[in-house]
Amino acid sequence: MAIIRDIMPAFELFQPASTDDALGLLGRYRKDAWVLAGGLDSFDWLKDRIKRPGVVVDLSQVKELTGVRALNGGLEIGAMTTLTEVVRHPLVREKFSILSTGAEAAASPQIRNQGTIGGNISQDTRCWYYRGGWKCYRAGGNICFADTPTAINREHAILGADRCVAVNPSDTAPALIALDAKMVIRNSRGERVVNAEDYFIGPGTDITRMTILKPGDLLTAIRIPGDWAGTEFYFEKVRDRNVWDFPLINVASAAVFSGGHIERIRIAVNGVAAHPLRLQKVEDAVRGKPRDEATAEMAGKLAIEGAAPLRYNGYKVPLMRNLVKRAIRGVPEATWA
Amino acid sequence: MGLVEWAKSPWGEDIPIHISFFLIWVAAIAGLLFLVGHAIWVRYFAKAEVFEGVTPPDVAARIPQRVPRHSLAARLFHWIMAAAMLALLITAFLPKVGIQFPWVTYHWIAGLVLTASILFHIVHASFWLDFRSIWPDKADMEDASRRLKRALGQDAPPPRRFAKYPLENKMYHGVIVLAGLAAILTGVFMMFRVRTGILPRNPYLFGDMTWGLMYVLHGAAGIGLIALVMVHVYFAVRPEKLVITKSMIVGTLDREHYLEHHDPQRWAVDAASSSSERRMTA
Repeated sequence: MAIIRDIMPAFELFQPASTDDALGLLGRYRKDAWVLAGGLDSFDWLKDRIKRPGVVVDLSQVKELTGVRALNGGLEIGAMTTLTEVVRHPLVREKFSILSTGAEAAASPQIRNQGTIGGNISQDTRCWYYRGGWKCYRAGGNICFADTPTAINREHAILGADRCVAVNPSDTAPALIALDAKMVIRNSRGERVVNAEDYFIGPGTDITRMTILKPGDLLTAIRIPGDWAGTEFYFEKVRDRNVWDFPLINVASAAVFSGGHIERIRIAVNGVAAHPLRLQKVEDAVRGKPRDEATAEMAGKLAIEGAAPLRYNGYKVPLMRNLVKRAIRGVPEATWA
Repeated sequence: MGLVEWAKSPWGEDIPIHISFFLIWVAAIAGLLFLVGHAIWVRYFAKAEVFEGVTPPDVAARIPQRVPRHSLAARLFHWIMAAAMLALLITAFLPKVGIQFPWVTYHWIAGLVLTASILFHIVHASFWLDFRSIWPDKADMEDASRRLKRALGQDAPPPRRFAKYPLENKMYHGVIVLAGLAAILTGVFMMFRVRTGILPRNPYLFGDMTWGLMYVLHGAAGIGLIALVMVHVYFAVRPEKLVITKSMIVGTLDREHYLEHHDPQRWAVDAASSSSERRMTA
């Protein structure tokens, strides 16, 4: 179980100055290496003695992993760019304001100053049974403590559960999916680029991971194509405390309207499953439809098809339905932009 | 590195949670070593098979050209069971060795197919086949003793020809029954831990220790089946065994093979039989 201590446990600390050096270390130590970005997720795990890596690779000195750059009409954001920089960067605000809105909705100013966008999308779930050190499915055991008749599961999944009912807590992930972002992943064998929605994996595929990153892999950058630059965005996050909290559910959409009709749209929600969900069925169903109450109602109902709430999270079903409705219909006063 | 992985239950008890997954490689390597060892033994050391006595000419004359061995129902069972077993092993162990895919639903569906096929087999073998023909008898033990002594260079009479199944087949069947039933029984209960839409989900059906032991037994049986399936496939493709493998496809054996390896007194063949659907007696 969790043993919270003020001091760090012993591990070997590496602070590489280049991506190549970092990859070399990750390739050498593989499963024994822990990638440290902003440290806001990592330090809990390490100080609680739940994750016990022998080696920590601190990326804070790798300058090439930071910064926002214009790229082919879009952007490339280094994985170690802080959330504050993403929030404030003029290019992000001008072209992809949904991302700055999503990043600003994450945590508190102090945390955003330290937390990185790579860390925000790659962070582990907040399920307290798992983070409390219980040997659940996600921790390599054979039970989900959050999915038992007496479990406290108000924040857990209503969709896509497969033994584990934990959810992804990222605020920037649905915004990146809505923007059709690409994740740049490197390892000692080379580089690969994957779509944002494919970066995240559910428990059916691997119950112990939230992303496709395997030992030796490193997320180096996020590329946002120019296709959705300056389109109409919608981001809304519902949380228990507006000061700072993880999302109960958030929704992000990017859309192009023409003559009152939805020409094209991408929409994603998070906090309802183990990975952020791109609502492709909703996108297909509303494309070409008028932007009105009826279309929004239909989209909301379609979004929650297959939802299977647990004992205490039934409220997430109407919440998700209504957030999707608002994303389609548009409620400017409710947006964070 | 233990054989079983342990965890603390919420009440602070040490409970087993599953077998250690390195045992997958142990089973695969053990199976491979057996295959290599057996192949070397057959190639360089094994003596030609010699059996006691000869089949009387009048008995041999009554044996048909094609000797019925496996009914259509038995063959269908075998191949459905084989497909389900392979699907189970693939869905269970590929994710453990790094090939990730959503495996759970495929796994329990294959498990249900296996369970249904085994239930069918138990009923079919009990009432339509000779149930005892697959279990070792006293003659098998005596012949095994003779074969062992002769293999060790001791003086012993040659063994008799086999009944319908050689002792090796019977022993393999016995082991696979144990491993298969252990995997099936535990697997059916484990379906209560996941959402299947068939069984009501109830993780409190058993206590933590019972669940843990169930997972350990399920894993141990599954890992045992890796080696058993490797051995089975190996024998199925060995040149001298292909005639038996073929009989699992077409249902019949060559007359020559039957007369050479099987004792008509221990496995009587209905001379008038031309259909593999008929009852086959030992």
